[in-house]
Amino acid sequence: MKRDALSPANWTPRTWAMAVGLAILALLPGYVELTGATFYLDLASRLMILGIAAVSLNLILGHGGMISFGHAAYLGIGAYSVGIPAYYEIHNGFIQIPIAVACSALFALITGAICLRTKGVYFIMITMAFTQMVFFAFVSIEEYGGDDGLVIEMRSEFAGLFDIEDATRLYYFIFASLLATLYLVHRITRSRFGMVIEGARGNERRMHAIGYDTYRYRLVCYVIAGAICGFAGALLGNFTNFISPEMMDWTASGELIFMVVLGGTGTLFGPILGAAAFVLLEEWLSAITIYWHFLFGALLILVVLFWRGGLYGLVDWIGRAAWRKRS
Amino acid sequence: MAQALLTVEDLYKSFGGVTATDHVDLQVIPGEIHAVIGPNGAGKTTLVAQLSGELRPEAGRVTFDGRVITNLPAHARARLGIARSFQITSLMLDMTARDNVALAVQAHAGHSFRFWADARRDRDLADTALVGLEEVGLADRADQTARIMSHGEHRLLEIAMALATKPRLLLLDEPMAGMGVEEAQRMIGFLAGLKGDKSMLLVEHDMDAVFALADRITVLVNGQVIASGAPDDIRRDEAVRRAYLGDEMVDASGSAD
Amino acid sequence: MDWTLFVTQLLNGLQLGVLLFLLASGLTLIFGIMDFVNLAHGSLYMVGAYLCATLAQVTDSFVLGVILALPLTALVGLAVEFVVIRRLYARDHLDHVLATFGLILCFDAAVHFLWGAEGMAIRLPAVLDGRVEILPGIVFPTFRLLIISVGLLVALGLYLVVTRTRAGMLIRAGASNRTMVSALGVDIQTLFTLVFAAGAAMAGLAGMMIAPITEASIGMGNEIIIVAFVVIIIGGIGSIKGAFLAAVLVGLIDTMGRSFLDTLLKVFISDQNAETAAPALSAMLIYVLMAAILAFQPQGLFPPKGR
Ligand SMILES: Nc1ncnc2c1ncn2[C@@H]1O[C@H](COP(=O)(O)OP(=O)(O)OP(=O)(O)O)[C@@H](O)[C@H]1O
Ligand SMILES: [Mg+2]
Repeated sequence: MKRDALSPANWTPRTWAMAVGLAILALLPGYVELTGATFYLDLASRLMILGIAAVSLNLILGHGGMISFGHAAYLGIGAYSVGIPAYYEIHNGFIQIPIAVACSALFALITGAICLRTKGVYFIMITMAFTQMVFFAFVSIEEYGGDDGLVIEMRSEFAGLFDIEDATRLYYFIFASLLATLYLVHRITRSRFGMVIEGARGNERRMHAIGYDTYRYRLVCYVIAGAICGFAGALLGNFTNFISPEMMDWTASGELIFMVVLGGTGTLFGPILGAAAFVLLEEWLSAITIYWHFLFGALLILVVLFWRGGLYGLVDWIGRAAWRKRS
Repeated sequence: MAQALLTVEDLYKSFGGVTATDHVDLQVIPGEIHAVIGPNGAGKTTLVAQLSGELRPEAGRVTFDGRVITNLPAHARARLGIARSFQITSLMLDMTARDNVALAVQAHAGHSFRFWADARRDRDLADTALVGLEEVGLADRADQTARIMSHGEHRLLEIAMALATKPRLLLLDEPMAGMGVEEAQRMIGFLAGLKGDKSMLLVEHDMDAVFALADRITVLVNGQVIASGAPDDIRRDEAVRRAYLGDEMVDASGSAD
Repeated sequence: MDWTLFVTQLLNGLQLGVLLFLLASGLTLIFGIMDFVNLAHGSLYMVGAYLCATLAQVTDSFVLGVILALPLTALVGLAVEFVVIRRLYARDHLDHVLATFGLILCFDAAVHFLWGAEGMAIRLPAVLDGRVEILPGIVFPTFRLLIISVGLLVALGLYLVVTRTRAGMLIRAGASNRTMVSALGVDIQTLFTLVFAAGAAMAGLAGMMIAPITEASIGMGNEIIIVAFVVIIIGGIGSIKGAFLAAVLVGLIDTMGRSFLDTLLKVFISDQNAETAAPALSAMLIYVLMAAILAFQPQGLFPPKGR
């Protein structure tokens, strides 16, 4: 039984949800090709980019118990790492993307070293404040458009190996990035390192007592999450062809947390479900009324009050119901 | 006398007006079980916390195996070979019993900056963890989430985790707290089995356990050491009888006879 | 250096400081007593501003507008506490921030619905609209002086309440040691509801004070609330004294940085470089200050005791 975990007959509802979700994403461009509804391609690209960001946030928030309210900073840093070189006519993605990842990691290292010395609500507020710092810094740099942002004339080029100028190619580039991120995070959370992170969330005092310097492990985890999100930011810059400080507005950080919680904290695919639900709801509600933020906010409150299991909880529930029927 | 494994000199700690540790001197010799007893609020837990590195003393010195560790943080002391159990159970409640112990094993197996291989499929960790659980009689509960285990099982898991780090010194803070008579007997038997093998500082209220296990006893009252010596001397000590043991002492020796 | 400008900016910094204090004191007490993180505190700032703007229009008097809007803002605060926040005390911080983040979205949309997308200006009475010469050669807007005085008065009032009254004693005790207060048999829920309402009123007051200068606008609270967070982090969560000192410090440093950092930088680097770097640096200044303080005092300048 156990050996066959890979065969679909033994998949859990969660695995099914993930498989179906990824299959839909993989096949979507074909559907768009047939129907010409390019709108869906845009929607799904954005969804996947935010999904990658949410997965990275989930690594620290869900697995590590570090409630960062500043994760959008890395989206911004990543996007500017594409935009600023492009502004100086450097379009090489092999330069831009490493810059995005390195700058994000560095920012995470410096701020994380300070934030992680604090606990609880201090941590929440400080992560928020540091992101606001970057936000204001970019607002006040006139050279790169300040408040108004900056248009990226050309997407990243990868030395002629492949290019993402075309929407479908960009889509698959993002899709591949998503798969890679999921796999990476899957490995990390199950590794020895991941166990320590999980343990430190559960009981830091005990972890100290058995010999872990949890601060160092958490800091590394924080840096990894920042680097992944910086990468997502580089994708976002390429996708929107436009960057502005608004990407790292603190409400953007709040939205990322919402995605994680909506999908299910501490799960692998939950944040992607959360990002999908978020993006779709946003589309749907904003078509109904210009006051859609009210509905959105109310939904958020209701989810927190009554439905903390997230969408994954729903998947489990449906799975159990189906199973009961079968037997 | 053999070279002491742990030496505490002139340790001092206060909380606001309360002096919790009042110039305490104490030694643990390799292989011995050194019991620390005293009434509620005597400062036993505070003493353990300073030895394990969770609290910093205001004055005094702690030496472990010839090395001054007074200013080392808890995790560094744990790596040197000092393990503790908590009076109030402190576990990773959302993890399985096996994962709890495996984490302790892993802590002892070098650094954990290993990001790729699946830790749960790591035979070294899983098997050693299972052996640890077997030792305390929890092997059949290995895949149970700690949260749903009973109080007695929690206490055993605490001990298993402490032992899994292969410590040279065990600091046990009331390992039998809240246990039923039978469970307590099992724990006493288990600790007796470790005797000679591991050095222990044992804080305990249960006098049967203390007199059954201890090689030496230190009595703490209001943060001060009022007596220290072999169990028989402590039994006879006038100051101890007066200040602390009183009726309980008579009961304990009575039932022992 | 220009002496007049210096004094003027010093006063502007003080004005920002007292506004921050009005926001931060409520936040810090709410957190101190209930361990509750309220992101939506800035929404009450906005609601206060809008209510005041409308009432000032209706009554044709700014002062009446403030007097009427204060209790109304407190009522809004009470309603929010009753409907949402009360259900969240037993939850963890993640739930607090998420739910109150949802509240912000609701508030912004509701204000949009009720008052429209345009901001609302408030006309000041002639007495307040002018300038006065406070020192020879230094003129300063009368209304800003009023803001400073109101802020300082509220701070003084709060100080007296907290140090001299029974309720204040309980608040102080609650902010530093919650369990002890519950053990005393005090109804902590009632105490907290009162503090929440008072905090809402103070945040609203801050909004009313700034609206004549900047207009009431949607989302006006969302930026300043983060600065208020910086203030309570620096001051030490739960400490009113810390909130006051940190608020004035942050107000001064932010304002002075924005006006004089370029001058200062020109001493060290080329004029041109200084002019490009100064805006970004001065925008970051208070956060750097926060980071520096936290590096030495992870719990702020006046850390809570017994937690
Ligand atoms: N964190 C603290 N803050 C203030 N006082 C404390 C703190 N920890 C312990 N104390 C006080 O220090 C004294 C010693 O406490 P400690 O817990 O060490 O006693 P103990 O001997 O372990 O008691 P018990 O047998 O009940 O476990 C007590 O008076 C206690 O109230
Ligand atoms: Mg104790």
